[in-house]
Amino acid sequence: MTDANMERIRYQVMWDRLISVVEEQAQTLVRTAFSTSSREAGDISAGVFNLKGQMLAQAVTGTPGHINTMARAVIHFLDVFPADTMKEGDVYLTNDPWKGTGHLHDFTVVTPAFRDGRMVAMFACTSHVVDIGGVGMSPDGRQVYHEGLYVPIMPLATEGKMNEWFLNMVRANVREPVQVEGDIYALAACNETGTKRLLAMMDEYDLDDLDALGGHIIEQSKTAITAAINKLPQGSWSHSMRIDGMEAPIDFVAKLTISNGIIHVDYEGTSGTSDFGINCPMCYTEAYTAFGVKCVVAPEIPNNAGTLDAVTVSAPENTIVNAPHPCAVVARSTIGHMLPDVVFGCLHQAMPDVVPAEGTSNLWNLKLGAGHGITARTDKESSTFMMMTFHSGGAGARPMLDGLSATPYPSGVRNVPVEISEAITPMVVWRKELRADSGGAGAQRGGLGQIMEITSREEAPFGIFASFERVVHPARGRDGGGVGANGRLHLESGTELRSKGFQTIPTGDRLIIEMPGGGGYGDPMTRDPQEVATDVRLGLVSADAAAADYGVILAADGTVDESATADRRG
Amino acid sequence: MTDGARLAVDIGGTFTDVVLEYEGGQERFKLLTTPDAPERAVLEGVDAILTQSGVKASAVTLVIHGTTLATNALIERKGAKTALITTDGFRDSIEIAYEHRFEQYDLYMERPQPLIERDWRFSVPERVAADGSVLLPLDEDALKTLAQDLGKTDVESIAVCFLHSYIYADHERRAGEILQSELPNISITLSSHVCPEIREYDRMSTACANAYVQPMMAGYLNKLKDGLQDSGVVGPLLLMMSSGGVTTVETAMTLPIRLVESGPAGGAILARDIAKENDLDLVLSFDMGGTTAKITLIDDFTPHIARSFEVARMYRFLKGSGLPLRIPVIDMVEIGAGGGSIADVDAMQRIRVGPESAGSVPGPACYGNGGEAPTVTDADTVLGRIDPSRFAGGQVTLEPERATVAVDRDVGGPLSVETNVAAAGIAEIVDEHMANAARVHAIENGKDMVGRSLVAFGGAAPLHAARLADKLGIDTIVVPQGAGVGSAIGFLRAQISYEVVRTRYMDLRQFDPSVVNDIFAEMRQEAEAVVRLGAPDEPLVEIRSAFMRYRGQGHEIMVTVPDRAFGPDDGAIFAEWFAEAYRGLFSRIIPNLSVEVLTWTLSLATERGAAEMAPQQAAEGRAEPESQRKLFDPASGTWIEAGVYSRSALQPGSEIPGPAIIVEDETTTLVTNGFGATVNALGQIIMTKEGSSND
Repeated sequence: MTDANMERIRYQVMWDRLISVVEEQAQTLVRTAFSTSSREAGDISAGVFNLKGQMLAQAVTGTPGHINTMARAVIHFLDVFPADTMKEGDVYLTNDPWKGTGHLHDFTVVTPAFRDGRMVAMFACTSHVVDIGGVGMSPDGRQVYHEGLYVPIMPLATEGKMNEWFLNMVRANVREPVQVEGDIYALAACNETGTKRLLAMMDEYDLDDLDALGGHIIEQSKTAITAAINKLPQGSWSHSMRIDGMEAPIDFVAKLTISNGIIHVDYEGTSGTSDFGINCPMCYTEAYTAFGVKCVVAPEIPNNAGTLDAVTVSAPENTIVNAPHPCAVVARSTIGHMLPDVVFGCLHQAMPDVVPAEGTSNLWNLKLGAGHGITARTDKESSTFMMMTFHSGGAGARPMLDGLSATPYPSGVRNVPVEISEAITPMVVWRKELRADSGGAGAQRGGLGQIMEITSREEAPFGIFASFERVVHPARGRDGGGVGANGRLHLESGTELRSKGFQTIPTGDRLIIEMPGGGGYGDPMTRDPQEVATDVRLGLVSADAAAADYGVILAADGTVDESATADRRG
Repeated sequence: MTDGARLAVDIGGTFTDVVLEYEGGQERFKLLTTPDAPERAVLEGVDAILTQSGVKASAVTLVIHGTTLATNALIERKGAKTALITTDGFRDSIEIAYEHRFEQYDLYMERPQPLIERDWRFSVPERVAADGSVLLPLDEDALKTLAQDLGKTDVESIAVCFLHSYIYADHERRAGEILQSELPNISITLSSHVCPEIREYDRMSTACANAYVQPMMAGYLNKLKDGLQDSGVVGPLLLMMSSGGVTTVETAMTLPIRLVESGPAGGAILARDIAKENDLDLVLSFDMGGTTAKITLIDDFTPHIARSFEVARMYRFLKGSGLPLRIPVIDMVEIGAGGGSIADVDAMQRIRVGPESAGSVPGPACYGNGGEAPTVTDADTVLGRIDPSRFAGGQVTLEPERATVAVDRDVGGPLSVETNVAAAGIAEIVDEHMANAARVHAIENGKDMVGRSLVAFGGAAPLHAARLADKLGIDTIVVPQGAGVGSAIGFLRAQISYEVVRTRYMDLRQFDPSVVNDIFAEMRQEAEAVVRLGAPDEPLVEIRSAFMRYRGQGHEIMVTVPDRAFGPDDGAIFAEWFAEAYRGLFSRIIPNLSVEVLTWTLSLATERGAAEMAPQQAAEGRAEPESQRKLFDPASGTWIEAGVYSRSALQPGSEIPGPAIIVEDETTTLVTNGFGATVNALGQIIMTKEGSSND
């Protein structure tokens, strides 16, 4: 009896260790990566799999976009290279958007781990490379062929020997060959780290294989997530949301069904594909849908093969959430980042007062550049550069809490310091401040967006590769909460810019980016007047908006005028 | 180091520890901290220890002091009324921070609030570019008007942080002069002085934190200095820094932020000397107390140093949930794992331990002070590892039956296992967490556990050291004397030192030796000015580093460079040093990629008062246990007999076979049945794994 019980604890310890192994694997990747999105934004993932391709543990990293996608990718690898054909020292890779993680910039690398000549596991990892050729990180492409080099599942190394011809071809096709090669090496290296740690663990616990441990992990996780789902109200709920899109607005329509320990989301009725690179392959749709559901239903349960099938997703082919080859997909996050808001709209009906209001959701990343092939030539000497920084508007208000200002959700990226960006480009950021009155009014206020103003130090134009949302259709509030402010992109000289696509900022002009706010939660007329007064004191809400949106009248010294407020609120 | 008596004082959250070292002995004294006037406990403690030892106040030649006061002020938000002045357009940088959610799945997470609220953050027109050129001159009139407006408020301290001030500090300096002349009684912190490094949020955060604690710390240090003088202690007062060095009161008053975490730094210094005494060149220092455990790598008798850390983490000790400080610190991982850490069972039937802690009030269930949740101490009690009547020198009588109830209720019951198994599970999981944290920390630094020894101190560490060592493949553990006041003892062994940093971007392809030589000369001068205040004549040791990366990477690695003048050919040599360090960390280098330097540091310290090797100690045979206790053995799942020994009764050379329990006032050392223990000539317990080569 006791032995069996101690055995359970031993399994738990080994499970914890396995999670630590993949965290070490992920850390190695972040610390050696070159692309800004990998190292600063944690846009990577790492995991360990059994020989059947079932994921046993995955590191928690900055992006939900790889949840489930990497887990499914390994199955695709096994279809091409069955486990019994893999040899020690082999490494495989792909950037297939439909078999990997949704666009060509993400490479997934799989490495079999051998112990005493016998294969015991596979490690997989994914990261975002700086460049993959094509039109670059801009949704202007019309087909995936415009978006760069497409690498089907193939060997990166065979029995320890790197595939030099492949690396040669990569170098010839990308704008930053050394960095991209460095990123590919970093992927292979992190799987090596994982393998070393796993073997040390197997030695310590005297394990010949991961069968029993894997079975334990999958079973416990499946039981837990099934129980969590069974505790929820059972039934179906539908919700829709409209966003700006590129050439036309996009409607998301979702029906979420909770039954028999499974949550299913069906996107029937969602708009068709776009002619530009904002289409989303099914794998990425699954990732963000599952992430939204998991945040609400089972945030504590780790991702593995036991949780993979708890959330299922379907969508008719040729909708923008299930875009087939050869649709252009580079900015698939435009769609993916919006899906948790759609899921929350359904879940809110099933379980009130849990999910937040809609937020900015899509990142407001600044992709700026100048030089040959980007901006027009001038007679002055000027730099050629590309810069990518990560920024966020406001998040939606929560049932009991205000929304987070200038904070991403669902993405988990970090921004790049202004001083770092300015050190490597001629850009000057003159302003990066919270945007007053941009948070949706509510009993809980939506998070604020921010304003950035940018010029060039050189007498030359620069360009922006825009891919912004919530410019026409704002984040909506919940339960009486107001909408967040719309985003806006314009020039100091007065010109309004489009929210998507490449545009030029003329010499000497200033680019002004006003990021959206998150939606409010609950009736703003019920917000504690003291909190409104604090928001006004801090300059987050103007006195005018306090009166107009919240019905709170302040005296000259900034304190609440109780009677005037009572009158106003009626 | 010098003749005469030397005092060390460590103010912690609960206790103030005083240690006196004098010709022929060492005295230790512990009393409760007096938060309203911390100097009171210090002065009382100093009086008491002098009386206890019979040493005259006038014989004290040096007082070294470390304190958590600055840390606590930051955690509890009890600092000065502080204003921040930034470049126009950037007053929210301190709040926007990295625009990051540090917790991926929690819809209700909150970001740390800045120390300075938005209506106390101001900006003035001025702008410097990344290359140090002025794009917009400082508007001095606007600043004067702002200063005059601030003069009408109750502001006590001002932080100034302009963009790119790490490369061009004149605007900040000028702003400082104007503020000082308009507001002579307000303390001013310039970011270019506290932290002349690129990355505006980190620099601003460091400057704000310094400004926030400065008036309080300066006031306290003045009172302490006066109080010591009144007690007749005339020896100089030096302050322990987070870097593990000590500095003068004057420096501490201007840069109090460097004192944050000085207590744990003292612990690491003690561990360093213990490493030396036992000739252990690869050590893991393991300090486990009531709430957290701290782990430090010590290689070649030098604790690993970092350039930044986060104070006041408010969310499960998660990275990103605290305030970043860019100061030189002894690199520690802090894990929410201590004697008071609470255990429960999650949805997957897994035992979870910490980071929630029962603290000292109500404390673990077995304290009988109303705590009902099972803690690590409760688990240790159930397993028979702690003698209930002798815990904390008998000050707290533990009630094992309460521990049993708590463990059953929250862990044994939900898992349907016996109490012993549940308790063994709690201990096993907490040890596993610490082992994993240590391993990840090592890999982040390109190190591993092979050949390492453990130095264990703090109230809970000696109980968990043997199992942790098992998990890390470590064969040798040292438990020093006075483990409960380890930090204060460490203070006495620290060197007078100071570290200076500069950000100066340099692509090694355009290596400019004159710039590099100038930077180091400038930094040497600045460091020497500080160190000489405390060590006017002693020889000094200089250590230089360059923080480098491949062009395009986001993280720099530290590369130590020699203390000499550089020439035009040294660019290539720097690249080789970088490649060597990079290979050490990541096992491979990337050919053909250029290398760049971002930041340069120089640290200057007095030579180390060499800790001496412990004399050889002949074996004196087995010690006789005072009694026997039953100990639950997780491996066999049975109760086994263990000998109980009083540490004070053990003589050098005594041998204690495992399983055994060695009891002292401050802690209990558990010798598991895979280990045996001896006492060395210095009275340190040395645990050695049976069958290991060290045996």
